Amino acid sequence: MTRHQVGRSLPRLEGEAKVTGTAEYIHNLDVPGQLHGVIVRSVEPHARLVEIDTTAALAVDGVRYVITSHEVRAVTAVDHVGPAFADQPVLAFDEVRFVGEPVACVLADDPRAAARGAELVEVTTEPLEAVYDEVAACAEDAPLVHEHLDASAMFADLKGLDDREGTNVALDYTLRHGDAEAALAEADHVFEDTFRTPASVHAAMEPFVAIGEVGDRGVITVHSATQNPSMIQVELARLFDVPENRIRVRTAWLGGGFGAKLYPKLEPLVAACAVITRRPVRIAVTMDEQFVTLTRHATTTTLRTGVSADGRITARVCDVTWNTGAYADIGPRVAQKTGFTAAGPYDIEHVSIDSRCVYTNTPPAGAMRGFGVPQVSWAYESQTDIIARSLGIDPLEFRDRNLLRNGRPHATGTAMHGTATAEVLAELRRAMAWDEPLTQAAAPLRRGRGVAVGLKAVITPSTSVALVDLSGDGSVTVSCSTTDMGQASATAYAQIVAEVLTIEAEDVTVLHPDTRSTPYDMGTLGSRSLYHMGNALTEAAREVRGQLLAAGAEALGVRADTVTLTDGAVSAADGRRLPFAEVMLARFGMQAGNLIGRGVFTPPYAKPEPGTGQSPQIAAFWMVGGAGAEVVVDTDTGEVTVERLLIAADVGTAVNPKVVTTQLKGAATMQLGMTRSEELIFADGQLTNMGLGAYKIPGFLDVPGQLAAVFVEDHDPERDESAPFGAKGVGESGTFGVSPAVANAVHDAVGVRIRELPLTPERVWRAMRAADDGGDRR
Amino acid sequence: MSDDVIRVVLNGEPVTLPAAADDTLLEVLRRERVHSTRESCGQGVCGTCTVLVDGRSVASCILLAHLADDTELETAEGLGLPGHLGVVQEAFVAEAGFQCGFCTPGMVLAATELLRRNPTPTDDEIRHHLAGNLCRCGAYPEILAAVRHAARLLAEEA
Ligand code: FES
Ligand code: FES
Repeated sequence: MTRHQVGRSLPRLEGEAKVTGTAEYIHNLDVPGQLHGVIVRSVEPHARLVEIDTTAALAVDGVRYVITSHEVRAVTAVDHVGPAFADQPVLAFDEVRFVGEPVACVLADDPRAAARGAELVEVTTEPLEAVYDEVAACAEDAPLVHEHLDASAMFADLKGLDDREGTNVALDYTLRHGDAEAALAEADHVFEDTFRTPASVHAAMEPFVAIGEVGDRGVITVHSATQNPSMIQVELARLFDVPENRIRVRTAWLGGGFGAKLYPKLEPLVAACAVITRRPVRIAVTMDEQFVTLTRHATTTTLRTGVSADGRITARVCDVTWNTGAYADIGPRVAQKTGFTAAGPYDIEHVSIDSRCVYTNTPPAGAMRGFGVPQVSWAYESQTDIIARSLGIDPLEFRDRNLLRNGRPHATGTAMHGTATAEVLAELRRAMAWDEPLTQAAAPLRRGRGVAVGLKAVITPSTSVALVDLSGDGSVTVSCSTTDMGQASATAYAQIVAEVLTIEAEDVTVLHPDTRSTPYDMGTLGSRSLYHMGNALTEAAREVRGQLLAAGAEALGVRADTVTLTDGAVSAADGRRLPFAEVMLARFGMQAGNLIGRGVFTPPYAKPEPGTGQSPQIAAFWMVGGAGAEVVVDTDTGEVTVERLLIAADVGTAVNPKVVTTQLKGAATMQLGMTRSEELIFADGQLTNMGLGAYKIPGFLDVPGQLAAVFVEDHDPERDESAPFGAKGVGESGTFGVSPAVANAVHDAVGVRIRELPLTPERVWRAMRAADDGGDRR
Repeated sequence: MSDDVIRVVLNGEPVTLPAAADDTLLEVLRRERVHSTRESCGQGVCGTCTVLVDGRSVASCILLAHLADDTELETAEGLGLPGHLGVVQEAFVAEAGFQCGFCTPGMVLAATELLRRNPTPTDDEIRHHLAGNLCRCGAYPEILAAVRHAARLLAEEA
């Protein structure tokens, strides 16, 4: 019997390369003859560009060029890139719209000379009025970040976006399910609360890096630490108005991504510089520069929730405003796709959601680990606790009573299926020993605990294409454009293909994405890869299996339907076996040739009705992530110590159980940083805490004493049918519940409710003092 | 000491490396294509650029190369290569002590320094010793397990 590959806790196949430092990252790539670029950035949050004087910079020894929008626009066909709105120039030309916006690029023989030159570029500007806060930016008389906006044509589900003028609101998504206002008016209890999250940053350890070069027939090659080679290829083709086959984008292992590296970042600039100079151009930004390249949205969310006397949520009105910064990146998609989950994992008859994506003069905000779910779950899971406690109902019990169960309609009108929400909650109850009393800490410490559960819809629709190639010697190579940024996709894919072909995962090679040879994929994002690419790979591997069976049967002189695949060989009923290499020898008359299988996967999707957002099929699958936190609050200092953090998530089938738990814990640790310390602090549009010295991400001493992840493997016949071995994505689920679980635990400990992240000691201390003075203790 | 080179023993091999007065050790090593030594924060706070200088872990991004003149340098490549892993590296693979792998060489080096000094560290000693190495993937629990695992392997070897 062949051993199963799916379900093995197989160590990452590239492990030896990573621990020896020899693994391939674009960070390590140099191309002969390359110039080094350093970006000159705006120091104004909003200003008209008057003049750029490059004389002094060009006089620096080693500086070859100073590129401005003037040179870039001479070689590009369009002026803007952007996946939702074509709004972002390669280099600013009319105005600058945030502090840190690229204005010019100095190219030199070495990075030091380029940096010296960059300091000497003189940029003259005329200041314009700016706006920073997402709520203020919605006001009628707010300064406009963009005079005019062109919708991009990239995503089918954003086709409804129109060109816009005279507003900072890029997208206003609405959902109407039932009559929420009427139900609120009739509710026994109505709760209204506003919650905020600050902008924060991905801070992948490998900062953005890209190299552009121009080859034969003008083919532009970009080597980039990107999560999304296919999308970059499409965008560059549009930028230069060339066919996609004249653009090649390749990548390697990524030193983290978390959503920052999805859409054009350095790629348009290195490509343009290479076209202009006819030399390879390398730009590697610093960690500090990452902070002004892409951030996580700051949000303001107001929830009005109606509850019946017996503790049932009858209506929820959600108003979410996303601060997408000066350029939208994927913000509109975040506002829409996560907007529709803003009422939480609850069965609510009447739901109304307004989710708007708003421009401000701050660095662009895009997707980050959870695609907005951590922001909306912060609001709905905090408020759910407020309600339960106000009504004197156990918070876990209250959630259980209101959970959205399979078969029931979600606010989008889609019937829930294959989602183990109740099981995740039950797992938290068990793992937290929720029904046992908590041992209180000695003064001045207070102990408390809390739970929270978040729900995410996988981004739908999207397509993945894969190729599986069996070589003349029987070895197997997988071509696909999923980027492995630490989530172990390459290892999981090897397991899936090996399972179908009855070989060992260790024997499969998974190529790094290279659009010259690996087919289209919508992107390594939103926990979509395992499901979408997993399906494409399964189909491709099955096609190879079919070819092997046919060729093997012919070689063995038996009917194709009498042979089977076992242990890497075609076996006949009489026990004769042909290993793959021998099948190939028989098929091609020599040890040569290829058997190639193709797989294409696009899940079904029903476009939501405009205005109401109703759809019978809004998402290919749903993810549930819950967290339970036990905290100790120092009542003298406000310091919150998370002693215990438990993550429970619904993972379908765990293709690689070890990877699943480490993904869940890693995501939880990242979100714990967002909960306790991470916050980009701006003063008049200037980021005041740029870089890892001033912006604290979790280190070893911030990890809770007990950090554990448990997963629920649910098997829904409907989804098992559609998913590769029943698996769903897990890269983000660990983030969903963390922040509200900790805040709920803080409330349990000291009776104060914090409505704005992060839970810094100062904020908690102030809330405790305010409560002492008779303030809010809900 | 000449102005534009440093003489060091790099992973056991005596070498003379070009180094300007204001070059950091990181810049010098990157020019030699020592890929395990990487810049992330560039401020001395993340440990991604860790090098063992005479056995002590140092942030090479903020060390002037000339201050490392006439020292012994160790990088992750010096501890082992694929197919011939060092013990600490083996333990990191066994315990999945990494995800994206970008911080990993620095973690492996810092752990190596600790285990040479203290072959039987407590969990708290491990946490404190590695507190200057950041991992955005949050592989900390597995890194902790890897260091414990390495301590066990080293004890068995001894
Ligand atoms: S790069 Fe040197 S410590 Fe971070
Ligand atoms: S493994 Fe990715 S930063 Fe540590």
